[in-house]
Order: sequence, then C-alpha cells, then structure tokens
Amino acid sequence: MSRAGDLVRTGLRGVGQLLLTVGFVLLLFVVYELYVTDILAGQAQDELSDELRDEWDGAGSGATPAPITPEVGEAFAFLHVPGLGPGWNRAVVEGTSQDELAQGPGHYVGTALPGQQGNFAVAGHRVGRGSPFLDLDQLRPGDPIIVETADAWYVYRVLGDPATGDFAGGPVPGQQIVAPSDVSVISPTPLAAPEVPPSGAYLTLTTCHPKYSARQRLIVHAVLEGGPVPRADAPDGPPALQEG
Amino acid sequence: MYTWIWRHLPGGTGSKAFCALLLVLAVSALLLFVVFPRVEHLLPFTDVTVDQ
Repeated sequence: MSRAGDLVRTGLRGVGQLLLTVGFVLLLFVVYELYVTDILAGQAQDELSDELRDEWDGAGSGATPAPITPEVGEAFAFLHVPGLGPGWNRAVVEGTSQDELAQGPGHYVGTALPGQQGNFAVAGHRVGRGSPFLDLDQLRPGDPIIVETADAWYVYRVLGDPATGDFAGGPVPGQQIVAPSDVSVISPTPLAAPEVPPSGAYLTLTTCHPKYSARQRLIVHAVLEGGPVPRADAPDGPPALQEG
Repeated sequence: MYTWIWRHLPGGTGSKAFCALLLVLAVSALLLFVVFPRVEHLLPFTDVTVDQ
C-alpha cells in the first residue's frame, strides 16, 4: 500500500472515532437530563421536606396564620396536587432561577403568597429534575391544588366548568398555552396588566410545553376556595386532599 | 486516539478490555456529575418560567 493510502485510512478512522465519541456524549446527556437530574432533584426535595417539617415542628402554630417572608432559595410551603398522582406533594422554594428549580417548584418572587389576594405563581420542570409538572396538562377544571404552609392549608380549584371540562368561561381560563414572553399570566389578576389590582386570590402554575421542548409554556390557573383551614382544625389536611 | 490508548493499556486482551471499561466509566461519571451540571444552564431545554 502507498503512503498516501495509509494517511487517508488514518484520517478516516479518526473521523469515525470522533463521530462515535460525539454520539456517545450526546446519548449520555439525554440520560443525564432524563434520569440523573431526577435522582439529584429527589435528594434535594427530600432534604427540603425534612428541613421544612423540622422547622414547622419547632414553631408553635397560632390561631391566626403568621405572615411568611421566604428568602430566595428557602422552602416555605408544600404543594399537594392529588390530580398529579396519589400523595403527590413537593416543597416549594422561593425563586425561579435554575438553582431553585433544580430542587423543586419555585415561587415567582414578588407574586402573592399562599392565601393572599393576587396571584401565587409557581414554576416547575416538566421533564427532568423529578419532572414535578409532567402531567400538568391532565388537570381538569375543579381539581384541587392544595398549599400547605406552617400553620394553614389553602384549597385552590382549577378554573373552568367541572361539568363540561371546559377551561374557558370565566375571565381567567383554567388552562392555556402561551409564548414564553407572556408574563401577564402571573399578573396579580391573571391576563391583566401587571399594575391592575388583584381581583381575587389566584394560583398559577407554569411549565414548559410541549414535553421535551421549551417553545411554549403550559399555564394552569386556579382560584382560592374559601379561607385558610388552620392546621389546628385539620392536622391531616382538608378533605380536598383525598380527592382525585 | 483510541488505537493509541489501546496500545498503551497494560497486559493482554482481557486486562486491556477491563482497563478500557474503567476508562469509559470514569469519563462517563465525569461528564454526568461535573461537566453536564455546569453547561446545561447554557442550553434552553430547561426553561419553564415566563419572563421578558
């Protein structure tokens, strides 16, 4: 064989090995996004839950709910959504940067807190990092979304008509799909301008849409049903917790 | 590159294969637990918030 032939063969082998390597790294990244982040997020959630439970056990629960002022990165509430699976719950962290969302659903800083007039807005991952909001599109009008704080429970209901399953109807729909830049969904009154005063106590969940993509956002709006249920009255949660 | 590594691994074919497997696992672990966590926030796959 000629020397030129050897060079060509070596060059082609190098290209082949490079392509195999790139393919392997890309596959490994998919494994990372789909499985490894679940494990890491699971550990982070366990730690947050334990910390929060310990903190709450230490504090005495008064008759009137004490105002909460969470620091960014700190867990301050539990979200219970029976419609996402039996016993589904996650510790909610203050803040929506990647660091916070890697641990669990994150509360948009500056939006209302649980039970307050305005919009308690929470973002969460759809796929990867424990996939907290994977099945958010399965929630139907009237499904309960329960927020548990240090001394009270708040029951929100997905907006829309439970009889027909139609999300539209009221001024605020129960579910919608919007562009990532549509910040009006987390306004004090959802879909209104940010400066419009709140017209009720809303809860909004945001995640990416469609699954495995970040092209759009899936939004679920809910509204507070009744007032806070003090922990002293319902140590194991309100009846809505058993629905779904 | 792989040819060069294979030539420099010690022992016979069995020992070479075992060392090669160890190398692959080490590189995979490095990617999964060190490299990917640092680079993924530069990618858009994990955006779930609404913002301007």
